[in-house]
Amino acid sequence: MIEVKNLCFSYGSGSVLDNINFCAEPGSLIAVLGPNGVGKTTLFRCLLGFLKPSSGSVLVNGKDVNLFSKKDLAKEIAYIPQSYNPVFNHTVLDCVLMGLTSSLSVFEQPGPEHEKKALQCLQMLDIEKLAHRGSMKISGGERQLMLIARALVQDAKVLIMDEPTSSLDYGNSFNVMDRISELRDRGYTILFSSHNPDQGLRWADKVLALKDGRVLAYGPAKESLSGTVLKELYGIDVSVNNVSTGNGDYTVCIPLGGKTAQNV
Amino acid sequence: MKYKLKLALLGAGCLFVFIASFFIGRYGIDLPTVIKILADRFVRLVSFGKLGLEQSWTGAQQSIVINIRLPRIAAAALVGAALAVAGAAYQGMFRNPMVSPDILGASTGAGFGAALAILLGFSYSGITTMSFVFGMAAVLVAWLVSKSSRIQTTIAMVLAGVMVSSLFSAGTSFVKLVADTQSQLPAITYWLMGSLSSIKMADLHFAAIPILIGLVPLFLLRWRINLLTVSEAEARSMGIETGRLRLLVIVCATLMTAASVSISGMIGWVGLAIPHFCRLIFGQDYRRLIPCSALMGATFLMLVDNISRTISTAEIPLGILTAFIGAPVFLYLIITGGSARND
Repeated sequence: MIEVKNLCFSYGSGSVLDNINFCAEPGSLIAVLGPNGVGKTTLFRCLLGFLKPSSGSVLVNGKDVNLFSKKDLAKEIAYIPQSYNPVFNHTVLDCVLMGLTSSLSVFEQPGPEHEKKALQCLQMLDIEKLAHRGSMKISGGERQLMLIARALVQDAKVLIMDEPTSSLDYGNSFNVMDRISELRDRGYTILFSSHNPDQGLRWADKVLALKDGRVLAYGPAKESLSGTVLKELYGIDVSVNNVSTGNGDYTVCIPLGGKTAQNV
Repeated sequence: MKYKLKLALLGAGCLFVFIASFFIGRYGIDLPTVIKILADRFVRLVSFGKLGLEQSWTGAQQSIVINIRLPRIAAAALVGAALAVAGAAYQGMFRNPMVSPDILGASTGAGFGAALAILLGFSYSGITTMSFVFGMAAVLVAWLVSKSSRIQTTIAMVLAGVMVSSLFSAGTSFVKLVADTQSQLPAITYWLMGSLSSIKMADLHFAAIPILIGLVPLFLLRWRINLLTVSEAEARSMGIETGRLRLLVIVCATLMTAASVSISGMIGWVGLAIPHFCRLIFGQDYRRLIPCSALMGATFLMLVDNISRTISTAEIPLGILTAFIGAPVFLYLIITGGSARND
């Protein structure tokens, strides 16, 4: 569980986050939405303890995030970066093993039982056949799943994902999001940032909408993401519609645009 | 298991080259004698001189094996291993495969120290000491500059290293300019080209200590060096103190580089290419890369030094040979892709 209480953060004189409050319950999937530069990444960096808040606090299971040692915090929260640009072509298995750092002592190296665990995490995401491939030679979607496997092997119950689908194609975005929602079903608490409100509506339990460093809306996706909220977030008119398909009903956004839409 | 077999082969190859190197030279000694002399020395060493083999060889043979060939072959192995491991560690730490051990100025600093010592007429051990001290000092300066810089640490460190290097190489040029052209200038030039021809047991002892102090922690922490190849944020989120680990890698790699250069002069190419050579054969994992680089570097430099002392009556400097031999082999590997099994 993550509780954010009156969190403020500023770089020098420029305030980035202004009095953020929310609570991520265990086993929930939360989408963080907001325009570019609103402070989503800064918020995540505060949650991960990389940045010290100017005021307020981030509590992980009731304990302030800055009171954890790096090693102990890694056992609570795992981070999945937006993209992974390897310089060296480590195998997928080697990359996943890196997630075990926090459970090994300084001079210890991962052994066969650790490799087994890493393979199990790859299996959970159906990518065990990639284990011995080079991480440079796999597709972007596969690489994203590899990063998720690396976070799973870390045994942290909270996953923070910085725009997990930003560099993926339409199909891969869907697959990765589907995998992420499966993890929620397994009990992980997941926060992910996104530029696509449809992802929030389709998969997230809750949406955290940020605007100018403040929380504009926080709550269940369908209630929070109204046309008014989206207009305020992105500066364009958006129509939020319920669509029935043969596979069920979905809520989707249709961007209508700026000036022209007002004339409709 | 395949890895263990390859490692065993490499280890055996290294040992074979080590022993075979004793036969190479103008004074021929047969295999049983070499082995007996070495075994005798080894037994005396571990039994603190109480035990030894019955002497069935001449004093001249003993002197050549123990006083001339052993220090030289051991130094080649030590320097080759040190440069290759330092290069591998630096490459991972800077997330850059084109990095070599001189990236932070250790080699140029050591070169300047040696040139200055020659100019001031220091003894051989004085040259070695000055060289080592200046090699360490160059990296310390680069590190301090990067610490006080406002830009990102790694970039600042590389830039500071490049600047410190060029400063010291200008210093070396200046020393050459004012040096006596009859004796000092050739000595400096020859020293900078790299050679193990005048190595003595004392130099070996001098260099072995810092090299081992650098090598042991890198060997023990080798798996963690993998974590330096991912971004800072990722490594930290996985629970590692990146700053501490990075500093440790710098200290260890610098100790090894400065100590190597101080006894062998500037030997290029080994630190850059041996780690890549190993990557092509053993993969990217630092668990394998560190021990393999050490063995491969040692083997390579012993081989090159054998060529250096036998190919002609005048010795060819090592720095020239490493490039002449290493570069074409490396180019061949680039073209064929080596055993690129990670595809």
